[in-house]
Amino acid sequence: MNAFGRMLAQLRNDGGSSAMFLGVLTAVTLLAGFANLVFPEGSIFHVSTFTITLLGKYFCYALLALAVDVIWGYCGILSLGHGAFFALGGYCMGMYLMRQIGDRGVYGNPELPDFMVFLNWDALPWYWHGFDMFWFAMLMALIVPGVLAYVFGWLAFRSRVTGVYLSIMTQALTYALMLAFFRNEMGFGGNNGLTDFKDILGFNLQADSTRVTLFAISALMLGLAFIASRFIMQSRLGRVVLAIRDAESRARFLGYRTHDYKVWLFVFSALLAAIAGALYVPQVGIINPGEFAPLNSIELVVWVAVGGRGTLYGAVCGAILVNYAKSKFTALIPEGWIFMLGALFVVVTIFLPKGIVGLLNKRRRKNGTGGGTPLASAEAGA
Amino acid sequence: MLKTVRCIASVMALLVLAGGVAVAADAQSETTEEATATEVTSAEPQVDSVAVATVAIEARTVPDLLRDLAQASLNETPAIVDALASSGGLSMLPLFQAMLAGELYYERETLRILRIAENEAGDDVASDVLTDADLGPVNARDYRKVRINNRVRGQLRDAIARINLTEGSADQRRAAATAMLDGIDDSTVAAFEQALKTETDAQVRDVIEVGIAMAVLKSAATESEQLVALEQLDGRLEAPVRNLLTSIAESSGDGRPTAVQRQAAAIVSGINARIEHYQFLEQLFFGLSLGSVLLLAAIGLAVTFGVMGVINMAHGEMLMLGAYTTYVIQQLMPQSINLSIWVAIPSAFIVAALFGMLIQRFVIRYLAGRPLETLLATFGISLILQQSVRTIFSPLNRRVISPDWMSGSWQINPVLSLTNNRLYILAFSLIVFFILLLILKRTSLGLNVRAVSQNRDMARAMGIRTDIVDAMTFGLGSGIAGIAGVALSQLTNVGPNLGQQYIIDSFMVVVFGGVGNLFGTLLAAFSLGVANKFLEPVTGAVLANTFILIFIILFIQKRPKGLFPQKGRAAE
Repeated sequence: MNAFGRMLAQLRNDGGSSAMFLGVLTAVTLLAGFANLVFPEGSIFHVSTFTITLLGKYFCYALLALAVDVIWGYCGILSLGHGAFFALGGYCMGMYLMRQIGDRGVYGNPELPDFMVFLNWDALPWYWHGFDMFWFAMLMALIVPGVLAYVFGWLAFRSRVTGVYLSIMTQALTYALMLAFFRNEMGFGGNNGLTDFKDILGFNLQADSTRVTLFAISALMLGLAFIASRFIMQSRLGRVVLAIRDAESRARFLGYRTHDYKVWLFVFSALLAAIAGALYVPQVGIINPGEFAPLNSIELVVWVAVGGRGTLYGAVCGAILVNYAKSKFTALIPEGWIFMLGALFVVVTIFLPKGIVGLLNKRRRKNGTGGGTPLASAEAGA
Repeated sequence: MLKTVRCIASVMALLVLAGGVAVAADAQSETTEEATATEVTSAEPQVDSVAVATVAIEARTVPDLLRDLAQASLNETPAIVDALASSGGLSMLPLFQAMLAGELYYERETLRILRIAENEAGDDVASDVLTDADLGPVNARDYRKVRINNRVRGQLRDAIARINLTEGSADQRRAAATAMLDGIDDSTVAAFEQALKTETDAQVRDVIEVGIAMAVLKSAATESEQLVALEQLDGRLEAPVRNLLTSIAESSGDGRPTAVQRQAAAIVSGINARIEHYQFLEQLFFGLSLGSVLLLAAIGLAVTFGVMGVINMAHGEMLMLGAYTTYVIQQLMPQSINLSIWVAIPSAFIVAALFGMLIQRFVIRYLAGRPLETLLATFGISLILQQSVRTIFSPLNRRVISPDWMSGSWQINPVLSLTNNRLYILAFSLIVFFILLLILKRTSLGLNVRAVSQNRDMARAMGIRTDIVDAMTFGLGSGIAGIAGVALSQLTNVGPNLGQQYIIDSFMVVVFGGVGNLFGTLLAAFSLGVANKFLEPVTGAVLANTFILIFIILFIQKRPKGLFPQKGRAAE
């Protein structure tokens, strides 16, 4: 009773911050897009296309962080392999963009992408068929990661693999996929991945308007994902998920089929990651097996940790903040960033278990201004 | 300049003439027994020319020939090598070997030929090709490499083999004879027959007789002679023998008796069966070798993760620290590489153990009971350690020199040879494993470790300082990882990413074997290693790795506690 009462209070309190979050997101998107398209280059109000693309990239990362927060912050499942779903979504989009190149590639083959011509392949592999259609590619961008997440989750959660074991297995999953995608024989461009994209749905990828549209779609998707996640977490389902995080066996004994909840939440999270990947690829213009690297997946966990897990907007802020710091740092002292990142892992876990959001809330509570959000203990004691 | 060119041209002409005459003379000597008096008479003018040519070669003494070698084009080199081989004999061996290894240089000004090679400290040092006298460090830029191509390489190998066949030790003679089996011709047979007269070693005689038998089969001998020769070749594993027999068995229409062909086919299938058997053994050895590396990498983890239940993502970096310790110690004592490894093993243990204890005291201790946070924090530490090493030692890979006794290989037969370093590491991993087992089962530290891991509160109530035991356990696990790093440095180059390659595999081994069970870790490491190596030829290395990972993922679904789950109260 007490726990439920606390949670209800938390949700009511969060209502305000959700609205604020969505408001800020809309404002930033509209202003940035407007400033890029309306004001001419050179004007002080002009936002360069580079910045727009950078922001779009950050929003994709934010969406990815949101995906991790949904399962880690709310359900206590620490996935170290979410980069895999992100990359799979990205590869599906990349395959569509690759087919769109048509005969404009270096070898001018209307059917085969350049790297296949280079490998002396004479026909498209079966799994490349259909990717010339946008709707099919987008469907696949959801289905492939979704099915993988379902199968993996079903296997893992049913046999009650939890905690650290699950983390390491997700890491092994993305590692295995990375090794597989590095192979030329896989038919996904091997080491180099897919690149040299020309246009999407007939729009030139280099054009400002396309860039701004992609950026706006990323923002829209981030907003929608936020609302959907918030909706799920506020529903009955969300409460069961929280119960699973805090005391899984107790929830199970109460009669909830906990593994079903976990599997579907995992699939939902994987879908968010896949959407992020599919939006990421046309904006950065390349997808390669490096995206599967375990380091990427674990780095995105630290975005969530820095922002504060279990709050959704905390994860988004963390992703944008850490990536902004990364861009600045790597430009300034390239070697320093890894030290920073490493220190971030240690400092956040020891001193800031609830992230920046938790720190701010604590300060607010201390000053007596406004009701803080008493986060349920985020210690995901496996 | 023009003068030198003309001089070389004339020398070349003479040499070509000499070569041609030498061949003619060879042909002459073979037919001597049947030669008639008239033929001998008719050959007399040629004999004269031979004498002239010989004089020409002898006039070109070894130093002259060396000077020619410096300037020779790739087309001219073979003739000079031949001349050197015939005039120098055994003394030419170091020259030929240096040339084959690409260490032969000449001074641009004086055309003097030298051997220049890197010494252990990485400096270029010159030495005389014939006397091997040390000429001190040189600047390689003042010298030019004597160029060789594959034709010259083959010729050099042949020349070295011929010299070794008569002058070398028993092992060298056998190796030389084996090498000469490839490309048997009349001159090889002559050399073999010559050698057989003085040869006393039974094994060398065997190889030489195989060579002669091969020559018989190649020539147009009678059926019975060929059958006798075939008997000689039965069960030999040398590649040239197999190639020859296969071609005999599969040839058609060259007038070979069918009995010989049938016999050859039978022998080939016997040989193939034996080769398959040995290839299986070789694969098994490679699998065990990979397993020993996995065992070394995972065994420290079996202590920290398996026994203590602390997940340490920086474990791979403990391997890396051990490997870099080996590198640093070699840099400190470049004169005694053989000794340095004995210093490196305890140093690596101490360095890695110290780092492990620091991590435990300052990070992991504060995260007790929060495994996911521990995972993240230790991952951060691994990033910091990697980047520190990259900053201090540069991101490039460093090479650790193996001691002499670890290099080389144990050649069991022509198709099966086991490399020494892998054999030593296999033994080393088992020794480390059993020492660890002894520590955990027979010392008071081990008793405390087991007590704390089974019931922390009860252990504390019994008066065990659990915080000290935690630090010691973590130090032990990390220290063993450091030792593993020493072993790894003997197999691969040492780089900042060394640990990364092993961390996931190590976790897989520990999880597969069953957490908290050292024998499970042992079995898991070797079975995964062997499985990987047997999958590799079928699927390719990368896919084999992927398959193994998928297999373990599926296996964990079925048996979440590994091969050997802990039973009783210690479980859960």
